[in-house]
Amino acid sequence: MNQHLQQRDGYSQLAVDLLAKAKRSGATEADIIIADGETFSVQVRLGAVDRLTKAREKHLGLRVFVGKRSASTSTSDFSAGSLDQLVAETCTLAKAVVEDQVSGLPAADQMAGEKPDLDLYDPTRLNTEQQIELAKRVEAAAMSTDERVTNSEGGDFDSSSGRVVLGNSHGFLGEYQSSSFSMSVSPVATDPETGAMQRDSWYDVQRKFVKLDSPEAVGLEAARRTVRKLGAKKVATQRVPVVFDAEAAGSLMGNLCSAVSGYSLYKGASFLAGQLDKSLAPEYVTVYDDGRVVGGLGSRPFDGEGLPTRRTTVVERGVLKSYLLDTYSGRKLGLASTGNASRSVGENPSVGPTNFFLAPGTKTAQDIIKTVKQGLYVTDLIGFGINMVTGDYSRGAAGFWIEGGELAYPVEEITIAGNLKDIFAGIEMIGNDLAFRGRIASPTVKIAEMMVAGN
Amino acid sequence: MVNGCGGSQTMGELVQLTSFGLTEGEVLGALGRVKVRDVDYADLYFESCVSESVSMEESLVKRATKSVSQGVGVRATAGEKTGFAYSDELTKKDLELAADTARYIANSPSGTEAVPVPVRQRPTRDLYPIERVQAEVATADRVSLLNAIDAEARRYDPRIKNVMASFNTEYKVVIVATSDGTLIGDVQPLSRLQVTCIAEENGQRQAGSFGGGGRVGFQFYHEGDRYLRFAREAAREAILNLSAVDAPAGVMPVVLGGGWPGILLHEAIGHGLEADFNRKKTSAFSNLLGKRVASDVCTIVDDGTLPGRRGSLNMDDEGTPTGRTVLIEKGILRGYITDKLNARLMGIPVTGNGRRESYQSVVLPRMTNTFMLAGTSDPEEIIRSVDRGLYAVSFGGGQVDITNGKFVFSASEAYLIEGGKVTRPVKGATLIGSGPEILTKVSMVGHDLKLDEGIGTCGKEGQSVPVGVGLPTIRIDEITVGGTQR
Repeated sequence: MNQHLQQRDGYSQLAVDLLAKAKRSGATEADIIIADGETFSVQVRLGAVDRLTKAREKHLGLRVFVGKRSASTSTSDFSAGSLDQLVAETCTLAKAVVEDQVSGLPAADQMAGEKPDLDLYDPTRLNTEQQIELAKRVEAAAMSTDERVTNSEGGDFDSSSGRVVLGNSHGFLGEYQSSSFSMSVSPVATDPETGAMQRDSWYDVQRKFVKLDSPEAVGLEAARRTVRKLGAKKVATQRVPVVFDAEAAGSLMGNLCSAVSGYSLYKGASFLAGQLDKSLAPEYVTVYDDGRVVGGLGSRPFDGEGLPTRRTTVVERGVLKSYLLDTYSGRKLGLASTGNASRSVGENPSVGPTNFFLAPGTKTAQDIIKTVKQGLYVTDLIGFGINMVTGDYSRGAAGFWIEGGELAYPVEEITIAGNLKDIFAGIEMIGNDLAFRGRIASPTVKIAEMMVAGN
Repeated sequence: MVNGCGGSQTMGELVQLTSFGLTEGEVLGALGRVKVRDVDYADLYFESCVSESVSMEESLVKRATKSVSQGVGVRATAGEKTGFAYSDELTKKDLELAADTARYIANSPSGTEAVPVPVRQRPTRDLYPIERVQAEVATADRVSLLNAIDAEARRYDPRIKNVMASFNTEYKVVIVATSDGTLIGDVQPLSRLQVTCIAEENGQRQAGSFGGGGRVGFQFYHEGDRYLRFAREAAREAILNLSAVDAPAGVMPVVLGGGWPGILLHEAIGHGLEADFNRKKTSAFSNLLGKRVASDVCTIVDDGTLPGRRGSLNMDDEGTPTGRTVLIEKGILRGYITDKLNARLMGIPVTGNGRRESYQSVVLPRMTNTFMLAGTSDPEEIIRSVDRGLYAVSFGGGQVDITNGKFVFSASEAYLIEGGKVTRPVKGATLIGSGPEILTKVSMVGHDLKLDEGIGTCGKEGQSVPVGVGLPTIRIDEITVGGTQR
């Protein structure tokens, strides 16, 4: 462990050395990202350990600019000889592509100065037995609440921690540590009459161990979500109001997030190209991307290019106010970066959300369902039937049929279809149940009308 | 080459442990440390992988990337339990540390046991004999390929406003050392060329995509000017979709074209027949072996032995030679797709489908190339048989819920069939059905079996592996189409 820590402390120096080497090899600018981490995951199934995985890994990504040409490389081999070769190869690779007038690092005076402590790291270490115990508890809770829960895909407990060091040839050098703890379970329920099976799952994920829901709470919710699907049937093809539960509504926010990504926009590959300052949704719809939420799963002090993260109002009172941009896509669109560069080691930066969410309303989910005489409550979506260029949307769905403001029976093997522009414009109500279990979140949302295809 | 190993090995020579800086003694020692008493099976999987990509947009080849990774995955199985650890360091000490973690699942995890001295082997066949490896194709050649694609797509129609293309290669060297006495290596090249076009007319935009590849050399893309055909196909789909009308909603007959629409088989039945779900009895296909799950015109196989195919492998990631497994024979469910663990626990044959994304992931039973054998119907006759329905020839992705069997797959190029004739193009729509039922509704199978162009990537438990699919033209009597129009 000590040796490992020592290595880690050496990463800043390694970054500085490699940047200097890149300059000597002909790079006019360069940046480097070094990430390392440890993961430990336990899966139990039917009360016994099914799988135990432990690992430590490291990775280094280098991006160089030779004038207006650039290339990116990465390696997990940190030996001196290998890294020397990497630097030389990256410069050669850069010279093989064409000049791109807007390429380059962010301006030197834009780099993150103060680096706030966003409380992303929890030093808590669980031993193997503790993690196995937690995974057993979450599964046991899911399996003991209802006798129709007959089987399980397993209960999981994962913990991980890691560090990111980012440096560039402007002299920027930053690093932060983060951790995550997560727990999930996938029970299987059997219909006592037909023998038909249904599976669902529930989970929680937090940066701090103490913030996790109890295994019992997660297990109970998983069982509830699974058992209620038993007896699901198809419904007739019709146009009705559709209520998305918070999880399903989160996927709509995911779609919005992709559509406002600078890269889709400048390529003309988003249905929101050219829509800045235009109305997208009713005036009670506001969407934020906030990289500075303390303890947030998408929070970070600086982005993948070393620019400060911030809170961006993407949609303000229904009007599209900002795209999500990094330096490159911003320059392509004549706009400044929003600090959303996302950097997976070995790739060029792209745009990614930090904590992206629809601001909550005041109604409970139940209040919203009550307003629907005949319609669909969506809890599950499957498939990839979204055309981001046009906004056309057609996905497999499951959930509940709403009759007279009440959930009447479970439904499955149906699709819901429309166009994302109409879906966002058709947001009629927003719930008060916003909760983060990832980087993108939404409360319950009611859409005025969509096409449901079934029988 | 950035990495210290691999280099320009071809299948002609045996992959050497020394290329990972290790001796046979060290590997054997680690294997003995994992395979303590009541560990049923243990293996070490060494992998070195170089991935390269060049991409183009706005007529500029402006991005090039290269990634190198290398490491070892150490696994022990005892009963249903799996212990797994991986490391990107390959010293004796790291191997021992990983071994100690993996064997933690055993009841008495200490000491070492003798394991049989492995027989050094090479796969008995070479499905991807590539002279000049992808990794050695000059970046300049890749760049000119993409430039030619850009020109071809724009020449196809002036309404094509942007062309995005990428060429990716992967060059993987693996060695598997197992406690049942195997030491075997393979060199696994893989490449893919992908083109997306954006068309614009009267302020409306549409996209079209096409691509392909396999475990093939660079010359593959030039054979018959394949790369230019990819460019034209992507452009054609984008232009076609400019005039597409809204798709219908509801239950109707659907004719699937040959090739990539075989994704139906992958989602509707393939995943459901993976042994892990069936051992755990969480699949909608559990307990259906020997039962009818398709009409008698349907015979479906998974075949990892097709030369050069994206889903093919000389051996799977447990060192087992891949094979051809009959999943459904004339409508009757015949077999599951297995890895060693699940085959042992279920008492059924190992089919050579134990696959993993990388040394960082555990082995799971996965598909290779999954397709339906040709039938006897004339494809045109199949279309003529439909009065009102959908003819779908290209798809985006699909997904399945293993447990209730519901699956979806989304069309990216489809047409209405009216009065037995293919008429207007319709916008993409998702098709949804039930795995154990849908193939019982296949009433006609064409004689035109086609495999896909080599583009599929299958995701399971967060792991991506390359796969292939194939299908002749088929008629499905009824399936729910998720359009917007009544």
